[in-house]
Amino acid sequence: MERHSSTRTEAEMIAAILAGDTQLYHELIHPHERRVYLMALSLMKNEADAEDIAQEAFLKAFRNLSTFRAESKFGTWLISITLNEARGRLRRQTIVRMESLDDPPDGGGVVSPALLRDWREIPSELVERQEIRQMLQEAVISLPTIYRQVFQLRDVEDLNVKETAEVLGISVPSVKVRLHRARMMLQKQLSPLLKSVNPSPKRRWLPWL
Amino acid sequence: MVIECKHVWGYISDYLDAALPEDIRLDVQKHLEHCEICSAILDSTRNIIILTADERVFKLPGGFSERLHARIDLELEGSGGG
Repeated sequence: MERHSSTRTEAEMIAAILAGDTQLYHELIHPHERRVYLMALSLMKNEADAEDIAQEAFLKAFRNLSTFRAESKFGTWLISITLNEARGRLRRQTIVRMESLDDPPDGGGVVSPALLRDWREIPSELVERQEIRQMLQEAVISLPTIYRQVFQLRDVEDLNVKETAEVLGISVPSVKVRLHRARMMLQKQLSPLLKSVNPSPKRRWLPWL
Repeated sequence: MVIECKHVWGYISDYLDAALPEDIRLDVQKHLEHCEICSAILDSTRNIIILTADERVFKLPGGFSERLHARIDLELEGSGGG
């Protein structure tokens, strides 16, 4: 099906869809597909479930489009629906985890980074290598849920701190604390691995300070 | 004010987001100018953020979009608007 591009704003498209031009929904959601899928993947951790949740979220958003309030962004609203769908599915699957999805603790100690003296930038071309992509994916997916969600929204999907707090129903300081820990956990885990695939001429590592 | 490495580690995320109060940002920056360890931690963290945000890292599964829009078409037909 040909989906012509339009200069219409999201608000105008939503109004048109609600007025009966429902085919416009295809166009409305197109820019949000990746974000919704990744958010679902961050909770479901497998591609098939994530795709299913993403589809459900888009259908639910369509059915409830009349309840969308323009004061929030359509993309943020979609993420909230996706999170609710994913959480509901996890509850139904009665997956019991060590960590709670709803009432996560923000306590815990400081995450110490990996210590290195010299760091050579990893060129983005390296991402073309399958094993590098996999290394990055696995590191993000292996983060505890409360950190993974914040990292995904802030650093992968580029929501700002306030939007992230709104979507997750947590405070702005909590977003910052969790984001910091997520980033430090990834630095600790990935720096040694990435350094080994991109060795610098001098390899000076400190065992610990 | 002179700050230690461990304090700087606690500020790295906000430093990268330019979210530190100006006095702390200056202290951190001063520290980074002479501490190669903290500089390497900052650079590696920044680099990892850039790499994980690369669209090639987390891709949509093949055919995702087609399957999604086919399902939406079914919904639209059902809702009488298709």
